[in-house]
Amino acid sequence: MFLRLLQLQWKSYRRSAAFTSGVITSVFYLFGMLYFIGMFTLLGYGSFYLLDEEMGVDPLHFVNQYMIYGTSFWVVWRYFIQKMPVLNIQTLLTLPIKENAIVHYALGRTIFSFFNVSNAFFFIPFSVVLVNNGYPLSQVMSWHLAIVAIVFYTNYLNILINDRNDVFYGVALILVLFAVFQRYEIFDITTYTGPVFDSFYNDPIYALIPWLMLLLLYRSTFTHFKRRMYLDAGLQVVKKDAQQIRLGWLNRFGRTAIFVKNDIKLILRNKRSKMTIWISLMFLFYGLLFFTDSSGGLYDNPVWKIFAGIFVSGGFLFTFGQYVPSWDSAYYPLMMSQNIVYREYLNAKWSMITIATVFSTLLATFYLLFGWDVYAAILTGAIYNIGINGYLVLLSGAYIKTPIDLTSTKKPFGDKQAFNAKTLLLTLPKLFLPMILYFVGSLFGGEWVGYMTVALTGILGYFLKNKVFDLIETLYKTEKYKTLKAYKQNT
Amino acid sequence: MIRIEHLKKRYEDTTVLNIAEMDIPKGQVFGLVGNNGAGKTTLFSLLLDLIQATEGTVAIDQVDVSTSEDWKTNTAAFLDDSFLIGYLTPEEYFYFIGELRNVSKQEVDELLAGYADFFNDEILKKNKYIRDLSKGNQKKVGVVATFIGAPELLILDEPFANLDPTTQIRLKELLTEKGKDPNTTILISSHDIQHVTEVCERIAVLEKGEIVKDLQTTAKTLKELEAFFTK
Repeated sequence: MFLRLLQLQWKSYRRSAAFTSGVITSVFYLFGMLYFIGMFTLLGYGSFYLLDEEMGVDPLHFVNQYMIYGTSFWVVWRYFIQKMPVLNIQTLLTLPIKENAIVHYALGRTIFSFFNVSNAFFFIPFSVVLVNNGYPLSQVMSWHLAIVAIVFYTNYLNILINDRNDVFYGVALILVLFAVFQRYEIFDITTYTGPVFDSFYNDPIYALIPWLMLLLLYRSTFTHFKRRMYLDAGLQVVKKDAQQIRLGWLNRFGRTAIFVKNDIKLILRNKRSKMTIWISLMFLFYGLLFFTDSSGGLYDNPVWKIFAGIFVSGGFLFTFGQYVPSWDSAYYPLMMSQNIVYREYLNAKWSMITIATVFSTLLATFYLLFGWDVYAAILTGAIYNIGINGYLVLLSGAYIKTPIDLTSTKKPFGDKQAFNAKTLLLTLPKLFLPMILYFVGSLFGGEWVGYMTVALTGILGYFLKNKVFDLIETLYKTEKYKTLKAYKQNT
Repeated sequence: MIRIEHLKKRYEDTTVLNIAEMDIPKGQVFGLVGNNGAGKTTLFSLLLDLIQATEGTVAIDQVDVSTSEDWKTNTAAFLDDSFLIGYLTPEEYFYFIGELRNVSKQEVDELLAGYADFFNDEILKKNKYIRDLSKGNQKKVGVVATFIGAPELLILDEPFANLDPTTQIRLKELLTEKGKDPNTTILISSHDIQHVTEVCERIAVLEKGEIVKDLQTTAKTLKELEAFFTK
């Protein structure tokens, strides 16, 4: 039975639009996977030597000490991004399949998610290096297995708490508090948690504890899921009263306003799209990592400041813009047969992105506290985002043909297997091009010339809008039939 | 109004639609019947340029639909729920369509008032999103939305499906009424030959992608169609 269900999953994967969407995106996807695998492996391999030789600490002990933060971060990250194992359960309910088998399958297949597998790429090389450097094999094995259990533990914890925002935000808050306490040396939680992780290494008997905990958690996740396997319980789509939004004041902006009004409703009324707002806010504060000394000076050079600048104002651009026109996938045939000119439609999306970028830049004025050059980097990033990246997201949108199921409570990025890494990959040119521009510019006259080069490229892009829109429009038109076909697939 | 020439749609080796020539004059109420997979939705999708013809052309008002977008100003269609926007309320959806067709809010309201009977008090002012309406009520919304802005060409795929008996009868009256306007051309597809014979003045039967019958509706048409489909 399990095998049959697996076959189903494999078929839905192989036949999805994301998988069959052409060579370019597939190559990007592959490249992205390799990039991540490479990064994790390098990190796993390199961190031993970095810690041992550069910092002069016992690598294993050091990793154990901070493991509590690593684990918690992983939980938070999963919470936002990892998708839920809601396979097409409705179809299976009335078929002669044991309910237990369905639940076991739904839960079991999450083991193979990117979030679990990617850990292996870090911990396996790390453990291998440990053994090579004289740590006893059996003890490293015991530690490693304990960590594996913990990784799976976070996996199922995420599934269990996923629809409980209150629990999640409570836990997240406590963690931030602990981090702050530690930073200002009020209270150091790692002195208590470090030894726990050490014990997995010191005495293999302790490594059984995480496995037992995992077992218990799996049981409760299982019952939680099973109890909610009814159409009017866990599988129900909650109906809400319509929320009134007054947007009449936008009418003065002509035909663009028609679509903008619709997009605002789209964002506010669907869980999936609402996330873009929260993630945009997260992006806004992302710069703090770069501009304060919390990164340990790792990013303390202007090229990386441009990188951060792009991010700070570009949250909405990356989270919303990236998925144009997929947001409208559910009713794309309507958009294609109604009295709509492509240019108006695209222009409306572009306007949304531009307005959000300007707005973020205004909100980001608090970065002035860190100095003029910091805000200059953000401003430069914003200009580049408007002038160049705004077009690039629309361009890549023509090729991302994965329909978005707005009503689903699945997480952004992750509702199609390939979606995640692929979109991230298409993000890379949007980030690295300005860094290269900056670098080239700065060769000729330092920091400010570098900023100017990036900003001027953005301004130039802005004035070429009509030309670029011609191109994008043609592209959308040639891709129209393929897009319509891909959107017909159910998510 | 519509001119079809050598229209062919092939998926790899199977030809799903093959129409040598067909004209649908302005003002006609045209019905399309056929079994599943006969090509009804394919034909409508080609008319709306939602899929690409393998060969041949479709022209609305002498304009090839695949090369120009001019036809969009006077055509309205409702094929399935992908023509609805789920997160809008019915009112918002009607206003949205109205804006696209340059029809003011007041005019939309006036138009909707005329369909109070058809809506049967289940659509307007319910404060519900379209995605939370029943299939039948969604269909009512979709069909009425095509009337906004008085388009010259209406394309409705299976408009009677999912509707309750009362609404089916009202829709028939409604379409008959619309059909009297010499400027409005209506294309309807249906599995229900009785409905089609009551509403349409001309009926074409599609079978395996080809037009096998093309009839002007008379008193004998229903019998003839029944005989055809019982063979």
